[in-house]
Amino acid sequence: MGKILRIAGPVVIAEEIENAKMYDVVRVGQLGLLGEIIGMEGGKATIQVYEDTSGIRPGESVESTGKPLSVLLAPGVLSSIYDGVQRPLDVIRAQGGDFIQRGIYPMPVDMKKKWKFIPSVKRGDKVSPGDIVGVVKETSMIDHRIMVPVGIEGTVERIEEGDFAPLQTVGTVNTKTGIREIPLGQEWPVRQPRPVKSKLPPEIPLVTGQRVIDSFFPVAKGGTVAVPGPFGSGKTVVQHQLAKWADSEVVVYVGCGERGNEMTEILTTFPELVDPKSGKPIMERTILIANTSNMPVAAREASIYTGITIAEYFRDMGYNVALMADSTSRWAEALREISGRLEEMPGEEGYPAYLGRRVAEFYERAGNSVVLSSDKRNGSVTIIGAVSPPGGDTSEPVSQNTLRVTRVFWALDASLAQRRHFPSVNWLNSYSLYSQELSRWFNKSVSDDWYSSYQKSMTILEKESELQEVAQLVGYDALPENEKEVLDIAKSLREDFLQQSAFDEVDTYCSLRKQYLMLKSILAMDEVERYAVSKGVTVSEIDTLPFKEKLSRFKEVREKEIDSYYSELIKEMEEEVKGRADKQ
Amino acid sequence: MTADIRYKTVSRIAGPLLFVEKVDNIGYNEMVEITLGNGEVRTGQVLDTRKGIAVVQIFGSTTGLDTGSTSVRFRGDIARIPVSDEMIGRVFNGLGEPLDGMSSILSNEKVEIVGNAINPYSREEPSEFIQTGISTIDGMNTLVRGQKLPIFSGSGLPHNKIAAQIARQAKVLSSSEGFSIIFGAMGITSEEANFFIDEFRKTGALMRSVLFLNLASSPSMERIILPRVALTAAEYLAYQKEMHVLVILSDMTNYAEALREISAAREEVPGRRGYPGYMYTDLSTIYERAGKIRGKNGSITQLPILSMPSDDMTHPIPDLTGYITEGQVFVSRELHRKGIYPPINVLPSLSRLMNQGIGKGRTREDHRGVADQLYSAYGRGTDLKSLSAIVGTEALGKDDRQYLEFANLFEEKYVNQDFYEDRTIEKTMDIGWEVLSTLPEREMKRVKREFIEKYGKWRK
Repeated sequence: MGKILRIAGPVVIAEEIENAKMYDVVRVGQLGLLGEIIGMEGGKATIQVYEDTSGIRPGESVESTGKPLSVLLAPGVLSSIYDGVQRPLDVIRAQGGDFIQRGIYPMPVDMKKKWKFIPSVKRGDKVSPGDIVGVVKETSMIDHRIMVPVGIEGTVERIEEGDFAPLQTVGTVNTKTGIREIPLGQEWPVRQPRPVKSKLPPEIPLVTGQRVIDSFFPVAKGGTVAVPGPFGSGKTVVQHQLAKWADSEVVVYVGCGERGNEMTEILTTFPELVDPKSGKPIMERTILIANTSNMPVAAREASIYTGITIAEYFRDMGYNVALMADSTSRWAEALREISGRLEEMPGEEGYPAYLGRRVAEFYERAGNSVVLSSDKRNGSVTIIGAVSPPGGDTSEPVSQNTLRVTRVFWALDASLAQRRHFPSVNWLNSYSLYSQELSRWFNKSVSDDWYSSYQKSMTILEKESELQEVAQLVGYDALPENEKEVLDIAKSLREDFLQQSAFDEVDTYCSLRKQYLMLKSILAMDEVERYAVSKGVTVSEIDTLPFKEKLSRFKEVREKEIDSYYSELIKEMEEEVKGRADKQ
Repeated sequence: MTADIRYKTVSRIAGPLLFVEKVDNIGYNEMVEITLGNGEVRTGQVLDTRKGIAVVQIFGSTTGLDTGSTSVRFRGDIARIPVSDEMIGRVFNGLGEPLDGMSSILSNEKVEIVGNAINPYSREEPSEFIQTGISTIDGMNTLVRGQKLPIFSGSGLPHNKIAAQIARQAKVLSSSEGFSIIFGAMGITSEEANFFIDEFRKTGALMRSVLFLNLASSPSMERIILPRVALTAAEYLAYQKEMHVLVILSDMTNYAEALREISAAREEVPGRRGYPGYMYTDLSTIYERAGKIRGKNGSITQLPILSMPSDDMTHPIPDLTGYITEGQVFVSRELHRKGIYPPINVLPSLSRLMNQGIGKGRTREDHRGVADQLYSAYGRGTDLKSLSAIVGTEALGKDDRQYLEFANLFEEKYVNQDFYEDRTIEKTMDIGWEVLSTLPEREMKRVKREFIEKYGKWRK
């Protein structure tokens, strides 16, 4: 039995732990607090404890579980809400009350619940790791596919249909090294990526229904996104919108060191949300991990890994999974805090020198992959990581290390948010390195001028920022009419297209077709306005025409009416503007 | 088990830290009683413990301490305070000891001051609109019950007046109960503290209040523990006694400085501007104690005040606070100079829980739209102010000139109000429409058509 030597916050030093190995999980003190060995020197082990260590004394016992920090991957995981080390928060509440008590470790899923398992292989079939042996209908939306665990290969000896508890054996496989059992669920160490066969290039977009994202800065399924945003820039709302609307089959939402009330908002709004395609509650395909800022810091560090491991597991079944981490800065700060307690030599701004490596390792777990299996099955994990740079200055280490490895950047801008331009994605600073690769898909699936519409719009917006500088100097009225016209179109792009209300019942989700039509109508307006201006009509005259209002109300139009609305709008636009132009 | 042993083995005193040697196994965060040579007693807490050595942080000054005659007794338990109804109407110091000359609180219920985190699953989403009677808050940065909304201010600005006005006027429309007030003063002057006490007395709120005072002259280390003591009392009143508690903490900047002082004394690796790397986590254990719990009638709403050093919102204290709290109310020096009260600049202000508290059935159906329209119009107006300073008002277009006038009107009519003016939400909304009506109707892009027709004040 090991003994505690020293306690300083979440870091405990202990000696004489039997069979202690790096990253093994240990139980600390009389309360049996969960901890992880993060350093060893001589006979001493350094342990980070996932709970508050108040009142723990030197001399109390430490015992190793002999296993690294793992998650339980089994039916029952979906719709769960966990803390950073996969403790179900609802069960904790039932056992310990409204405030999280120490030393309570309920199982992540209900171990007594039986799930109906329907096999898809039979005796004598050859199976290898990742092969699906059967299915449990976990929720009405998601089939939980039961896979052969890594390391087992051979012929099926026995497989049974029936009702099984999460860790019960559903069958056996005859391998070279003897008979091995296949359980319904499996455990996996969180710090070790689940293996895949190969990674594929990103080709299909993650459709989010958010105009600025899909049309301007799209992300591929299996891609990585960094969302830095100073506080008050509406970052959380963007993440909520993605969780609600992105077309991934499974969503893992990691609330890492964020506000309690915000997690509550998710917990109360998600069960009420309905998936736009299936009409089922969104919770049926969601896993929430909530480690709020005041919960123990070491569990916050683990929460990101817990989340990504669960995401990888569903990817391995062949699903497209989106993982949102809000915020990875809080995770990095947890690293820093623990590193500081360990008295490690600090790198930049007190962060440990290995920060960059850890960030890169995390994002590398994203990807569109051919998963481990003998048939060809694809799955993807898309990571959308929020960063919260102090003071909004992205030159700090966490933002910089993140930008180095992510391929999409949605630059949330506080000054846009202050003007209530939401989502406050700055169109000039943001980028998507997937734009080119995904344009093929968009051009094929929506319309062949999708990408060129985007390019035209971007040119107008860039031109706007140049013209605004000029206008700052000479005043708006001094600009020639054709430049005023550009500003007018840019304004429309910003207000009538890029701005999207997450709280408006209709506008909250915008189909690709609608996005396309909206953008087309603004570009059409550009054409007729240029014609009118060339005929001597002023922009301020055009501004008073009724079609302008109709255009700005396009957002509010329901999906089934968009085509007729579009043709009416174009007709009115041409009649009104041309009518005015021809009068001149 | 070690409760009665007194150690005279203080080997080193460094800043507020005391190194005690040859001790038995001491619990982490355990409370400590330090007796000076002259019999004076001070309190401390264990910050680091290992076999034979405990590092103790003293809540108080180290004046008069020595390594010879000072004796240390470990209480064998972490910090707790007794809680009961009798705390209401009383004044305490940062450790929860009476300052009003009356007896200590006698209660069998002793609660740990380092509260456990509320299980996110147990929380209830705050959604009850609190009418503060201040337009800039009610109309544009709505406060709801269970929210934590700090006031970002600077030295010499009337943040105390604003906080006092909120405390006086705050009410939930659907209920007749008032708020009980917990006031935690950290390092503020006695003048400031007296201002609050007078205000509470005048409005009768003192009868429903508990005051925790650590004035500028009191030991700075006590500031570390004061907000936790205050919030423990708040939690007791909110969740055991089902009261609605408004916690005012002033000034969080002084708290953060005390935290930095300890961190420096412990020779920890400093983070930004010398503040410790764990300041975010530390602040969150204070702010996150605001909220509502499902199935309990009470609530804790926090209104921390912090003065931004040199009005810099990116300074670590306001920055980290903003990441934890649900928005902020920004007090502007510029508006204050113009003589506007309350000088709240709505542009950098924000209430993240606003949407939950407003709209049909809560405030008014047009609330969101009007607030957005006011924001965007005022944003444009203030931009034009700086532009017109360069090119002159004449060079602006007709629309722009209207926005410029709008910005001024907004500040005079909407923002500006009297210290004793308690505006209803209806009144606030009406003033909003009134100032918006100086702009052309077609500019109202954020408001639904039907609301323009129903509430707009354009002459037909």
